[in-house]
Amino acid sequence: MVDILLDRIQGLGRGTLAAVSRLGRANVFLLEVFAGLSGMLTRPGLLIKQLFSVGVQTLIIIVVAGLFVGMVMALQAYYALVDFGAEDSLSVMVVLSLLRELGPVITALLFAGRAGSALTAEIGLMKATEQLSGMEMMAVNPIERVIAPRFLAGMISMPLLAAIFSAVGVMGGYLVAVELLGLDAGAFWSQAQAKVELFEDLGNGMIKSLVFGFVVSWIAVFEGYDCIPTSEGLGQATTRTVVYGSLAILVLDFVLTALMFGK
Amino acid sequence: MSETLIKIRGLKFSRGGRVIFDNVDMDIPRTGITAIMGPSGTGKTTLLKLIGGQLRPDAGTIEVDGQNIHQLKTKDLYALRKRMGMLFQSGALLTDLSVFENVAYPIREHTKLNERMVRQLVLLKLNAVGLRGAMDLSPAELSGGMARRVAMARAIALDPMMIMYDEPFTGQDPISMGVLVKLIKSLNDALNVCSIVVSHDVYETMSIANYVYIISAGTVVEHGSPDEIRNSHSEWTRQFMEGLADGPVPFHFDAPPLLDDLFAGSGTRRG
Ligand SMILES: Nc1ncnc2c1ncn2[C@@H]1O[C@H](COP(=O)(O)OP(=O)(O)OP(=O)(O)O)[C@@H](O)[C@H]1O
Ligand SMILES: [Mg+2]
Repeated sequence: MVDILLDRIQGLGRGTLAAVSRLGRANVFLLEVFAGLSGMLTRPGLLIKQLFSVGVQTLIIIVVAGLFVGMVMALQAYYALVDFGAEDSLSVMVVLSLLRELGPVITALLFAGRAGSALTAEIGLMKATEQLSGMEMMAVNPIERVIAPRFLAGMISMPLLAAIFSAVGVMGGYLVAVELLGLDAGAFWSQAQAKVELFEDLGNGMIKSLVFGFVVSWIAVFEGYDCIPTSEGLGQATTRTVVYGSLAILVLDFVLTALMFGK
Repeated sequence: MSETLIKIRGLKFSRGGRVIFDNVDMDIPRTGITAIMGPSGTGKTTLLKLIGGQLRPDAGTIEVDGQNIHQLKTKDLYALRKRMGMLFQSGALLTDLSVFENVAYPIREHTKLNERMVRQLVLLKLNAVGLRGAMDLSPAELSGGMARRVAMARAIALDPMMIMYDEPFTGQDPISMGVLVKLIKSLNDALNVCSIVVSHDVYETMSIANYVYIISAGTVVEHGSPDEIRNSHSEWTRQFMEGLADGPVPFHFDAPPLLDDLFAGSGTRRG
């Protein structure tokens, strides 16, 4: 009985220690990545290649998702507002929720699932096949050549993708509101223009997606770099990227929203 | 023996609670081929990684060219690594680059040669391993043996002072094996470098080695010239060289007696 209890306590302690040391490794790793960013100045090609595979290849899913989310938002807003005869404010509701919340958050979630998991799997496989060790032995720093470009590409892509998501979402909202429900196009745009603040709404949304981009990219490259180099370890690392990434996005979204809009 | 390039003293290293090296001393000469042989899982790959500075010993020192590898600053370590070539057991080719670009990689990273010279160098290196014709293939399109030869071309791309070969012969057909044996020998003689060959292929390795270390169970069991090893009276060495199943060399990874384990109940020993 006491044995079992001690075992449990020991297990708990071991787990906590492991978690703390992982967190420590993640932070040291981040510093090394920052140090490695300078290497991109001499080799912009590496970054451009990653911008393509991280950013451009995520574009389609972002555009499609943005379109449908915008369309659904317009429908929902219409049903909610039409009872009060306030359907002219539909565009305000659609644009604000896209810019402040849905754009950054859904983009980041999709990004974690599409690009984040791919980053982790790619880096993890490079580790498992000794490509990273091989680079080290060729006197090439893998953090500088492999990790840093991917990390930076993720950070740059996220706000751009979120902006595209929101823009396409607004188009979707317009399609539903004006073409489907027959609202007035002029009212749609003028209401939105009157109520949306450049910094308050657009700026804060951008800040959110910058933060999400940073966190998701960090998690993705760290999980790949730190994975156990077996097929099982790789699978676990990929899953962790998506799970931790998504949770981090949602928690951070709450914190950021409270800080930004909670006056 | 010529001057020493790699000096290992009192090396201790353990991994996951298992002692891999216990007080190992070695001297590897600056020129010539030194073979390191030993049963699978004794830590030959680990030894190469220790020499390359990718792993840290628990105790003891490893000096390469007079510098203590594990006390170097990153910058100096990298400078030293530029002069080391390493052939990984798995090849470790960069999968997103073609064969040509793989061999060109260290050259592009560390020199400012123009494209024409890079191309000439790469073609020469690939020709040396017989794979010039494969230069446009991607690593995924190579067989295991071909991948290892490309990795070899890459390891010699910068004309290093030492080349570490981890199991260069496994997965080679008899012809390319013979070619590789000769290649390692001729590269060694032409470049006048230090070659360290880790291998199980006793016969081939002994035919080109100038000096042989046999390691097992964490220590150096025997070392000497190939002739000395061949004429060794040690039962251990004879068993290993002749590939006999019975003798002092264990085939099994450390474990309690089979019967004990079979009747020990359920689960694994780690619990
Ligand atoms: N990442 C690791 N973590 C824990 N133990 C390891 C790790 N890598 C290797 N080992 C252990 O270290 C020992 C030596 O491994 P190593 O790969 O150096 O053997 P080797 O002599 O190269 O064998 P082979 O001839 O089969 O390639 C093995 O017994 C293995 O169990
Ligand atoms: Mg090995």
